[in-house]
Amino acid sequence: MHDLSVTQLAQGLRDKRFSSAELTRAFLQRIAELDGQYNSYISVDEAGALAAAAAADTTLARGEGGPLTGIPLAHKDIFCTDGLRTSCASKMLDNFVPPYDATVVRKFRAAGAVMLGKTNMDEFAMGSSNETSFYGAVKNPWDLERVPGGSSGGSAAAVAAGLAPAATGTDTGGSIRQPAALCGITGLKPTYGRVSRLGMIAFASSLDQGGPMARSAEDCAVLLGAMAGHDPLDSTSADVPVDDYLAGLGEPLAGLRIGLPRQYFGDGLDAATGECVRAALGEFEALGATLVDVDLPNTGLSIPAYYVIAPAEASTNLSRFDGVRYGYRCAEPVDLHDLYTRTRGEGFGEEVKRRILVGTYALSAGYYDAYYKKAQQARRLIARDFDAAFQQVDIIAGPTAPGPAFRLGEKNDDPVAMYLEDVYTLAVNLAGLPGMSVPAGFVDGLPVGLQLVGRHFAEARLLNVAHQFQQATDWHTRRAATGGSN
Amino acid sequence: MQWETVIGLEVHLQLATASKIFSGSPTTFGAEPNTQASAVDLAMPGMLPVLNEQAVRYAVMFGLGIDAEIGLRSVFDRKNYFYPDLPKGYQISQFAEPIVGRGHFEIQLEDGSTRQIGITRAHLEEDAGKSLHEDFHGMSGIDLNRAGTPLLEIVSEPDIRSAEEAVAYLKALHSLVTYLGISDGNMAEGSMRCDVNISLRPRGHEEFGTRAEIKNVNSFRFVEKAIRHEIERQSDILEDGGKVVQETRLYDPDKDETRPMRSKEVANDYRYFPEPDLLPVIIDTSYVEAIRETLPELPTAKRHRFAEQYGLSAYDAGVLADSRALGDYYEAAVAACGDAKIAANWVQVELLGQLNRSDLELGDCPVSAPDLGGLIARILDNSISGKIAKQVFEAMWAGEGTADEIIAAKGLKQVSDSGALEAMVDEVIAANPGQVEQYRAADEGKRKKLIGFFVGQIMKASKGQANPQMVNSLLAEKLD
Repeated sequence: MHDLSVTQLAQGLRDKRFSSAELTRAFLQRIAELDGQYNSYISVDEAGALAAAAAADTTLARGEGGPLTGIPLAHKDIFCTDGLRTSCASKMLDNFVPPYDATVVRKFRAAGAVMLGKTNMDEFAMGSSNETSFYGAVKNPWDLERVPGGSSGGSAAAVAAGLAPAATGTDTGGSIRQPAALCGITGLKPTYGRVSRLGMIAFASSLDQGGPMARSAEDCAVLLGAMAGHDPLDSTSADVPVDDYLAGLGEPLAGLRIGLPRQYFGDGLDAATGECVRAALGEFEALGATLVDVDLPNTGLSIPAYYVIAPAEASTNLSRFDGVRYGYRCAEPVDLHDLYTRTRGEGFGEEVKRRILVGTYALSAGYYDAYYKKAQQARRLIARDFDAAFQQVDIIAGPTAPGPAFRLGEKNDDPVAMYLEDVYTLAVNLAGLPGMSVPAGFVDGLPVGLQLVGRHFAEARLLNVAHQFQQATDWHTRRAATGGSN
Repeated sequence: MQWETVIGLEVHLQLATASKIFSGSPTTFGAEPNTQASAVDLAMPGMLPVLNEQAVRYAVMFGLGIDAEIGLRSVFDRKNYFYPDLPKGYQISQFAEPIVGRGHFEIQLEDGSTRQIGITRAHLEEDAGKSLHEDFHGMSGIDLNRAGTPLLEIVSEPDIRSAEEAVAYLKALHSLVTYLGISDGNMAEGSMRCDVNISLRPRGHEEFGTRAEIKNVNSFRFVEKAIRHEIERQSDILEDGGKVVQETRLYDPDKDETRPMRSKEVANDYRYFPEPDLLPVIIDTSYVEAIRETLPELPTAKRHRFAEQYGLSAYDAGVLADSRALGDYYEAAVAACGDAKIAANWVQVELLGQLNRSDLELGDCPVSAPDLGGLIARILDNSISGKIAKQVFEAMWAGEGTADEIIAAKGLKQVSDSGALEAMVDEVIAANPGQVEQYRAADEGKRKKLIGFFVGQIMKASKGQANPQMVNSLLAEKLD
């Protein structure tokens, strides 16, 4: 059962080949047996999952329910879950049990999905390797000595290892797409504002976006249909109608114009990864699409702009973790200053502290114009590049990450090398565009991802393009060897 | 040296919205600690602000009330600092693009003269919670009921020149915002909190001196006292050749002095930047114009109209137009009696005096405006004298009925029957032969004084009800 897609599982439930309770138990069992080697979950909610499965079975028995009724899922531990610890992979929130659900979680519950548990991630979503988690690194199911990518590394690894059929992730600079690429699964970062951020613990508010991570574009379409939509409690959520993503999956690609940014195929791209991506693009030509070279001249600004804006927002988003109302509090503070400095000094990890420092500096009097304001100007230039490119093409394609999964610890001592992992994904967040990563081949037995970027709110087109590619290729059906008794 | 005082005021005005500016929690004053704090107010992880449209509407009303430029695009910013009663670690405020730009309004001083005071800007922001340092055995308690209450921070130009003008400004502001209905203006409950920026410069100089900021002065009286004290303190320093330090000071009403609050005020870096959880607030002119249509007559306009329409002095017009309710009361009383001047006098002296003595608000006044007008009408038609009217008013206050009912029940109607009056006059003349003798011997000038004795005796005999004009003429007739 763990090899089936969400749509296949839904069919199986409807055909009564298995119940949601059986399905849920099978995944819980796999997690118990196998997750010791991956560390993809922070919390597993066995009781909650079985109760939700039983409720789903009752719904299904009445012949009711939708495409997600009874389907087990995992949520990245950044989404608040009522009554279940939500840690953001930080010591700071190790003891935090929210009394509310994130809108995304609430929507999945309402759709009848079964939450297996909460997946591991980089602390406060800051990282590209899932090594900054307070709960330890996640291992890539394709090679246990390699990282799964980050920050949604737990979700990516869980889906890749068959410990969940699908999962949610969040993406601030590539945190859905890069781990999806490194773990050989399909991930979608929607347009900024497409999915509510309420109850999703903020990293960088103007960039954060939740999205689905699954085995196929089709499964992502099912999940996005449940996640997307206007939320009056998130002022940045867009009041734009949600497309029927599944219904849009049948469009042929003849006449589709795909833009290839010169800047995405230059120095810094691993040669073998580049070849995989070019071969995949050849498939699109075979499907009737036209490849067009495009220019995104300000691509070089995306790393510096991102590493000012994201830490600036993070530095103040994380101010609320002060030991006063919830979360970690240092032992026996002697005064207020001691409470703040020790709580935050002990509660946050190194990378989080580094970004708070960078962000605080960038917003300081006398530096604001030189850094934050400049970065916002760069952001507008980057967005303008995409606007211009989308005058010529329908979607943009390129590599998701500069190379396949790297070794655990390999980039730990060099934050800038780590930041370069997101060189192709950051600009998409800065421009607020939807982006996907789809499996496109292998280098030395490690998966490679192809990134597809669409116009604002063009998720339906992106999903269809990815789906057509997956109809013609089988990269997304390849599975890492995992073992396990079911 | 002659020093000139330069004062600018920052007023934090609590807006009278039913719920908070970024959450649905109620804003009622005085609830049990932390019972009006939602997950948003507590800055729980993942919570997001949603702007309360009513706060925007109130800010626009204020902007229109001071004839200001309205920011059709305004932006919320984060003002970052750590404090336990600031749950997010930042306050959502407006910095570079406030909703209300430059405006002005008129203040009136005690002597009835007026001045225009410029308003630099007014912006929306959220209030912090409260830290409570007593009753926690060396620890501090945090009450977040107030966190997220909408505030309009109103910043004046440095146009104010004295403690008296500062108080007049605050009173005019109070009057304006209560007219608009955007705040209850209750200083005791913190609905209007005032920071005073004050500096001295040699008279005739253009350049401002170094200022001190006095925080949170929360009554008209304390504002006046704090400013007077601060002027003295700064002029003492300057006279001795010293320099005023730019700092934040706190006024201590018990000791009637200001003292430094935090030393590194200048070094505070709030790291303002646009709040990414909220979109810029975009309003259009039709929204603004629709609000303009709903504005009531404002205090300054009403004051000028009262002076002109009713022939009142600037001072009287100012008192009567001070609150919307009092202005309405006055006009209703005028309508009922037809004499604006006597009505003005009665409202200011008797009504406000009685309210003051009873410690009541106008809303709790037991005598309605038409009833007061009815009483005044009885003075005007000579049914009762002004002196008896005060007695009737007291009875009305005590709930004994309308003026007519009380006059009838107590038989207070003035005696104007010449037969009855004549009898009384004869009786008094007969009973006081000595005084009659004296009167008749006196010259014209002294007689005018001496006649008062007889009038007094007759009024006493009639329990004040004798018509004084008729008594006078009858006496003159009989004694001469």
